[in-house]
Amino acid sequence: MPDASVPDAAQPAAGQPAGRWALFGIVWALIGLRIVGFVLFAFLVASTALLVIWIGIPLLLGSLAALRGFAKLHRRLAGKVLGTTLNEPYPREVSGGVFAQLRFRLTDRATWRDLAWLLEVQSIGFALELSALVAFLILPLGYWGSPLLLRTDAATTRLLIGPQDEHLRERIGQLETSRADTVDHSAAELRRIERDLHDGAQAQLVALGMNLGLAQELVTRDPEAAVALIAEARESSTTALQELRSLVRGIHPPVLADRGLSGGVEALALAQPRPVEVDIDLPGRPPAPVESAVYFAVAEALTNSAKHAAAQSSWVWVRHDGRSLTALVGDNGVGGAQLTPGGGLAGIENRLAAFDGRLSMASPLGGPTIVTLEVPCALATTAAAR
Amino acid sequence: MRIVLAEDLALLRDGMIRLLTAYQFEVVEAVDNGPSLLRALTTHQPDVAVVDVRLPPTFTDEGLRAALAARAQMPGLPVLVLSQYVEQLYARELLAQGTGGVGYLLKDRISDVNQFVDAIRRVAAGGTAMDPEVISQLLSRHQDSSPVASLTPREREVLSHMAEGRSNAAIAARMFITEKAVGKHTNSIFGKLALEQSEDDNRRVLAVLAYLESAPREA
Repeated sequence: MPDASVPDAAQPAAGQPAGRWALFGIVWALIGLRIVGFVLFAFLVASTALLVIWIGIPLLLGSLAALRGFAKLHRRLAGKVLGTTLNEPYPREVSGGVFAQLRFRLTDRATWRDLAWLLEVQSIGFALELSALVAFLILPLGYWGSPLLLRTDAATTRLLIGPQDEHLRERIGQLETSRADTVDHSAAELRRIERDLHDGAQAQLVALGMNLGLAQELVTRDPEAAVALIAEARESSTTALQELRSLVRGIHPPVLADRGLSGGVEALALAQPRPVEVDIDLPGRPPAPVESAVYFAVAEALTNSAKHAAAQSSWVWVRHDGRSLTALVGDNGVGGAQLTPGGGLAGIENRLAAFDGRLSMASPLGGPTIVTLEVPCALATTAAAR
Repeated sequence: MRIVLAEDLALLRDGMIRLLTAYQFEVVEAVDNGPSLLRALTTHQPDVAVVDVRLPPTFTDEGLRAALAARAQMPGLPVLVLSQYVEQLYARELLAQGTGGVGYLLKDRISDVNQFVDAIRRVAAGGTAMDPEVISQLLSRHQDSSPVASLTPREREVLSHMAEGRSNAAIAARMFITEKAVGKHTNSIFGKLALEQSEDDNRRVLAVLAYLESAPREA
């Protein structure tokens, strides 16, 4: 569930509330699920008790995952009964070791709500569902009563584990921060480009024009001096072109536009003073802004290894798992690197945040250093991607 | 000498046709996109093709790809590739076929007309013309422990000129030394880099480029 934490406001409701026959089917399913619920509850209690020995940790993680699946199923059923869609309130999953995952699960409010809901649905919910089933079987009463009971049950489920505003608020907070960072970053970039143009190519072109003008004046009176000025003018044009080239490389490297991420990173690797092993396997091209952010991130990481890590060699590895793009940049240097606020990599981190991307670095003293980038994105399959 | 020219900007295309004609080249066809370039190369089989990397329809590396495809069909077809920027990746792809008759220059170099015309002639004759920027990037990879670091500054200069594709005579003229002195330097360079000497200028240049292209090795 990639974007489960962002309920889509434009998404239409799942349609009409279920009819009586459908409800009759749902009530049997719900009663059956109560048995699963009891087993799940027993597992949760047992794995919590087993936390004193290590086996409890994976067991609890498994049980919590099962609880999540169980809750998802009920959200769907409740949605059918109420004729709406219940979006899932879970934040984006984290990757990492078992402890990181356990901590993430236990600090996630959605987990605790799921647990509270489990207690409710196995007691009050069970009672409501049983009454509905009995009422269905005693026809005259059930015709009116059962749907009402089931709707009460579904509404309780929605109340307890439906989408919550606070997640939206949290998400909006994240988005506001990343948007502000992005705007700051682009403003700073534009300022840099403006300054580079002003001090570089523009100044060179002014000099060139001046020299040519002067040469025009001198060409009949002092041809030799005119020739010297023209030579100088040509030199200015070369310098101006050089400066424009390096500026363009800093904005959007041509080779990245031509060959995509794999070609761009390969070109980067070739320009490094130390050998860089490149292993990129992408079935298509990521969106251009992602491609460019990842390219500059890799460039920055490689430059850092060459400059600070005293590395003999580096490597770059890029894959896409269907949901997000992962890039690893590693070296065999001395390690001990840190993400400094305001540093090159921190700037890249802000840039990636605009796409919900993440950057992390592992750099123990003595090395090796590994920079990890992860950006959720889809790939466009094009013939140009190689 | 018959030339096929590929350049999509009309201003530059006309300027280059004028320049080439002034130097007694015959521009048999001037095209402005990748597919027509490949067609023109196969029909005319020119003495040399002068090709801009970025061409329509994709405005990426269309020209380079067409040139590589044509050389795959007609091995040794001399191609001089021009670009607003140089990429080592592209230089490597041009050299990967292992045969001479390739050039890769920045467009700025056209302004030094004599050098540019010289480069076209060299490529047409099966030699190479690599941009000084490509060579300096290649050299910068060979630092510290690479045998290249053990060259004297003078030898390094000779090596750059050689890698750009110049003959001993041309290097001597540029460095204001005798051809014999250049020969002495090249002997020393080939010794230090443990490369096999060759009487053939083009083979010698390709060996040097292949050496610089490969990953730096320890001394």
